[in-house]
Amino acid sequence: MSAVTPTSWGRYPTARPRQIQSCRDVQALALPDETLSRLPFGNGRSYGDVCLNNNGVLLLTRRLDRFIAFDPATGVLRAEAGILLAEILALIVPQGWFLPVTPGTQFVTLGGAIANDVHGKNHHVAGSFGCHVRAFELLRSDGNHLLCTPEQNTEWFQATVGGLGLTGLITWVEIQLQRIANPWIVAENRRFASLDEFLALDVEYEARYPYIMSWIDCATGLGRGIYMAGMHAPPGLLKSPPPQRRGLTVPFIPPISLVNSLSVAAFNRLYYHLPRPARGLIPYQPFFYPLDNLREWNRLYGRQGFFQYQCVIPPANAHAALWEILARIVVSGQGSMLAVLKRFGDKTSGGLLSFPRPGVTLALDFPNRGQSTLDLLERLDEVTRQAGGAVYPAKDARMSGDSFRHYYPQWVEFSRFIDPRFSSSFWRRVMEH
Amino acid sequence: MRNLLIIGATSAIAEATARRFAATGARFYLVGRNIERLAAIARDLEIRSGQPVVHESLNLDQIDQHPALLERISQTFGGIDIALIAHGTLPDQNACQQSVTATLAAIHTNALSVISLATLLANDLETRGRGTLIAISSVAGDRGRQSNYVYGAAKGMVSLFLQGLRNRLSSKGIQVITVKPGFVDTPMTAAFEKKGRLWAQPDQIAQGIVAAVERGRDEVYLPWFWRWIMLVILHLPEGVFKRLTL
Ligand SMILES: Cc1cc2nc3c(=O)[nH]c(=O)nc-3n(C[C@H](O)[C@H](O)[C@H](O)COP(=O)(O)OP(=O)(O)OC[C@H]3O[C@@H](n4cnc5c(N)ncnc54)[C@H](O)[C@@H]3O)c2cc1C
Ligand SMILES: NC(=O)c1ccc[n+]([C@@H]2O[C@H](COP(=O)([O-])OP(=O)(O)OC[C@H]3O[C@@H](n4cnc5c(N)ncnc54)[C@H](OP(=O)(O)O)[C@@H]3O)[C@@H](O)[C@H]2O)c1
Repeated sequence: MSAVTPTSWGRYPTARPRQIQSCRDVQALALPDETLSRLPFGNGRSYGDVCLNNNGVLLLTRRLDRFIAFDPATGVLRAEAGILLAEILALIVPQGWFLPVTPGTQFVTLGGAIANDVHGKNHHVAGSFGCHVRAFELLRSDGNHLLCTPEQNTEWFQATVGGLGLTGLITWVEIQLQRIANPWIVAENRRFASLDEFLALDVEYEARYPYIMSWIDCATGLGRGIYMAGMHAPPGLLKSPPPQRRGLTVPFIPPISLVNSLSVAAFNRLYYHLPRPARGLIPYQPFFYPLDNLREWNRLYGRQGFFQYQCVIPPANAHAALWEILARIVVSGQGSMLAVLKRFGDKTSGGLLSFPRPGVTLALDFPNRGQSTLDLLERLDEVTRQAGGAVYPAKDARMSGDSFRHYYPQWVEFSRFIDPRFSSSFWRRVMEH
Repeated sequence: MRNLLIIGATSAIAEATARRFAATGARFYLVGRNIERLAAIARDLEIRSGQPVVHESLNLDQIDQHPALLERISQTFGGIDIALIAHGTLPDQNACQQSVTATLAAIHTNALSVISLATLLANDLETRGRGTLIAISSVAGDRGRQSNYVYGAAKGMVSLFLQGLRNRLSSKGIQVITVKPGFVDTPMTAAFEKKGRLWAQPDQIAQGIVAAVERGRDEVYLPWFWRWIMLVILHLPEGVFKRLTL
């Protein structure tokens, strides 16, 4: 069914664009000429309001979804900005290539991946998505087409990588893929009983595995969890293509959240104790995209929607700050189903407003229970700010303008590159309050 | 490897359908009006299918050009396995009511040019004794309604024509498929507010078209529920129907 009013993944906040315009052709793209502010909208996989533009124009990019060039010898791929990573994978995996960096869902667009400079499980070796972008074209509202590469129009390149859609419309993108010998993943799982153990495991595994992430139980406050590492399988290990998976869809939005303290505690206990092989081969989809098979799972959180809180804490303060954050969550009784922990490496894309920076990142989901949830998240921000960390705009729907400007002092420099005709609900929120 | 001819290849429904065929391995000959758009689609399909794609620009209203078009195709492309006729326009009903010229132009594009191409293609397939001819008609062709009966009349003519063609060719091993989409979110319907569950995405229609080919169907309503909606609409007595605002 066709989208009526585009929403973000958290279904909060709601925003009503005055106009919705579907972009269709890279060649014949004319930005609507009028006074309302505009914002590109990819596939709405951002949780909060970076992809929303209340009372403005949304430029839907999903129909800009053609491949422009692909060289199977070098792995250089160029495509229009609205194509989904899932469509790219369907083309390249059978030809022995893989995305250089992928977020935890394959249903994001190339444009969205750049605008949030997304990261994946391999950040500690590969950096963020922007590190692998060779070029893109930026269309400004004055009709200028800027070819941006790390060497050409460098300032525009760096402003647009992580630029939250505010610097103009990205029309096409060229990326460098990575070679793989096999569509299967060698995966390893380890339980850890505390945060200390997690940090120790990291030292042990990071040298051996390019993909690492951990799930952490935040219902008990023990800091226990499961450490998951993986690498692309070597050639010859298994040749058959991974099986096609049939997805399920959450068919409607329940009036109240099905995620509550009872189900969260039960889920966390179950997930921790669930038997899982210590080491094994799995197809790449369940490894990278465990939730993509349950389509529209965000509906489980009900009509009020939900928040995600993702922060990064610099290495020196990581241990103490993460403890404090977990403690504050346990005290609040608002546990999170899916808490994810990962260490970021030193490699950066140079994106002015990019979120990833050296440290440990933690991501948590919270059903929206109104003021009490907002209060809790504000208390978490206190910790993040004191620890010199930052919160990820792609996941945010509520941080204060003060917090944002504290986390991203480069916003002043960035402002010079904002297209005068572009704006977003997010940007107005963090600039005005 | 199947040879696909797509006429009106820049249509959103046609493009989605071509991608689904490309994934199964296919060679394409694309015909459309807008050359830039056509070239971008051809390049995309080359990457998806791994095969070179031929494209050619033609305003399909020029019916006298159709025989030469088919001649070029048979010379440079070879035998067609599947031909899809997808082009169309959604005329402004009010403008048509005020202008015979506009009415006839809509019928020219949506009915006459389709019938011309279907005739030539059917004969071509018949000579070779195999192949599939698909044309996109519409649920609008099932019953005339005040809001779009000019478009509906053209589509109705296409549906009836294909029915006859199917009857003629059924013993010759030629498959003729009439596709009747409901409301689809494409540039053709850009001006409509797409509220409600009746609106489908082009890829849903594409999926239905591919399934119709694989399963040897004659006529498909897409998505499927339109069959039942149209069953009800077709059975309303005219005395009642004429008073409805549809
Ligand atoms: C289940 C799930 C798991 C996730 N896991 C991760 C993860 O592991 N790591 C991570 O980093 N993120 C993750 N995310 C977040 C997601 O990757 C980002 O929010 C991503 O940017 C969404 O892309 P989108 O195409 O849906 O863009 P949207 O959400 O629609 O838009 C995102 C931003 O991109 C801008 N934009 C979109 N297209 C263009 C364009 N063509 N030109 C200019 N600007 C544009 C928009 O204006 C907006 O500011 C996850 C999200 C989900 C739902
Ligand atoms: N969308 C719906 O709700 C719906 C419902 C039922 C049936 N249909 C039918 O589905 C088919 C495909 O339409 P669509 O929905 O995919 O819309 P679309 O994307 O607008 O496609 C229509 C295409 O027809 C082409 N065309 C029109 N006149 C032409 C001409 N004289 N010569 C060459 N090409 C011409 C257009 O070319 P340009 O790109 O050059 O304009 C356009 O690409 C049409 O037959 C339509 O009637 C659509």
